[in-house]
Amino acid sequence: MLELSGISAGYAGAQTLFDLSMRVEAGEAVAVIGANGAGKTTLLRVISGMLPARSGSMTMDGVSLRDSPPHRIVETGIAHVPESRRLFPRLSVESNLKMGAFIPAARARFRERLDYVYGLFPRLKERRSQLAGTMSGGEQQMCAIGRALMSGPKLVLLDEPSMGLAPVVVQQVFDLVRRIRQEGYTVLIVEQNVRQVLKVADRGYLIEVGRIRAGGTAAELLASDAVRDAYMGI
Amino acid sequence: MDCQLDIFFLEAILNGVLLAGLLALLALGLNLVFGVIDVVWICYAELVMIGMYAIFYAYTGGVPFPLAALLGILAVAATGALLHWVVIRPVLDQPPINQLLVTGGVLFFLQAVATMAFGIEFRSLGIRLGSTGFADMTFAWSRILAFVVALAGMLALWIFLSRTFLGTAIRAIAQDRQIMPLMGVDASRIYLVTSAVGGGLAGLGAVLMVLQYDIYPQIGLQFGPLIFMICVLGGLGSMAGGFVAAFLISQFIAVGGSCMATEWGYAVAFLFFMVAIFIRPQGLFGVRG
Repeated sequence: MLELSGISAGYAGAQTLFDLSMRVEAGEAVAVIGANGAGKTTLLRVISGMLPARSGSMTMDGVSLRDSPPHRIVETGIAHVPESRRLFPRLSVESNLKMGAFIPAARARFRERLDYVYGLFPRLKERRSQLAGTMSGGEQQMCAIGRALMSGPKLVLLDEPSMGLAPVVVQQVFDLVRRIRQEGYTVLIVEQNVRQVLKVADRGYLIEVGRIRAGGTAAELLASDAVRDAYMGI
Repeated sequence: MDCQLDIFFLEAILNGVLLAGLLALLALGLNLVFGVIDVVWICYAELVMIGMYAIFYAYTGGVPFPLAALLGILAVAATGALLHWVVIRPVLDQPPINQLLVTGGVLFFLQAVATMAFGIEFRSLGIRLGSTGFADMTFAWSRILAFVVALAGMLALWIFLSRTFLGTAIRAIAQDRQIMPLMGVDASRIYLVTSAVGGGLAGLGAVLMVLQYDIYPQIGLQFGPLIFMICVLGGLGSMAGGFVAAFLISQFIAVGGSCMATEWGYAVAFLFFMVAIFIRPQGLFGVRG
């Protein structure tokens, strides 16, 4: 479904990703793990077009993503739930969901998508008129995921969904991730919570300083020395 | 000083309310643009002036007034979009003072163009709507019409912003510009639409003003500062704040002007502004520091 080959990217004066190649197949949940500053968030930003790649190729269902302006990437079926959720805090929950359905294809089926997301996350329906910024962290993450689903995506990019949440809420957020997997969405998830995310994912990549250091099934990664040494010892 | 709690005092209050509708409408356009794009259109009153001339020439050229009014609104909406595309867009990432000064440049440019093209004479459509009255009070129909149409215009904008996808995007982009591409939104297009809507509101203001005031190239100087004061008093970028501030300020103008001389009305209003802003620097409804 998604294929990256030889991707390099970075910010002014600093390269963050070096010659990175990876694949996500339809129906999979793929985890990207690594330390703070390894380039995980940059990777998702490059895929969704927020940060242009410097070199390499990137395709979604065989169509190149590098030729599209950022606001056209959603139309290829990629929805990005950004780091720290980034809801519109002074818009209602329903207006946030409405923004998720902005692209013409989703707009035409807005009511249908809204009913679907409310069915999936009834809590959002209860809070539909509430300002998004006044909800709890877990509910906000639910709203951010719901907003991404409004566009009718095939692939959902999740950037540190558990970040900044209380431990009990972290568990709920991973349940949400399982929930959207069951719904048939392909998931690419970036996390520092390695143990949890490898329980949800089929496969994973370990990134270190912008390069893929290891890759394999979730079980292989859990057993690998590279992952054990760096992330499981604490 | 000649101020008594009589029927003329009530008349002044009611005239203040009627004036507030127009001022609130004008403040709304400026607040919309600032709230969304974070740029102050110093030349806002001059856009109204352009609209007034457009309506004047269309009407005196034989176009029926409702159509001339529509043309005026569209002309200013287009001018607003053009202003954004040509002047604001290149300085969007620059310090606020630069943005302020380029729109200040547009102010002088538009005044100069109007003076050269239309002359310094006072122009008037010559439409007299007359007045109505009850209990010894008289009210000009043009003011009553302006009040009703301004309220209707604000209501229409509110429905647009709260119900439509485009309107929701306009509110959203004011809260988080960076992630708009993730929603599939082309931010530059939203800015252009917002500028056109802001211009359109100035155009609607022009329609209501040509029925009450004479047109001349410097007319913007007469009410421009007032509109800015209302926006800042309400909290720059706060549409609700601008609405409330317009009603407060127009009371000072109408009642102050009725008790003393008209010129004093403006002075008293600015004095109130200075005190209010000293107590609450961010404005009545302001959230920005």
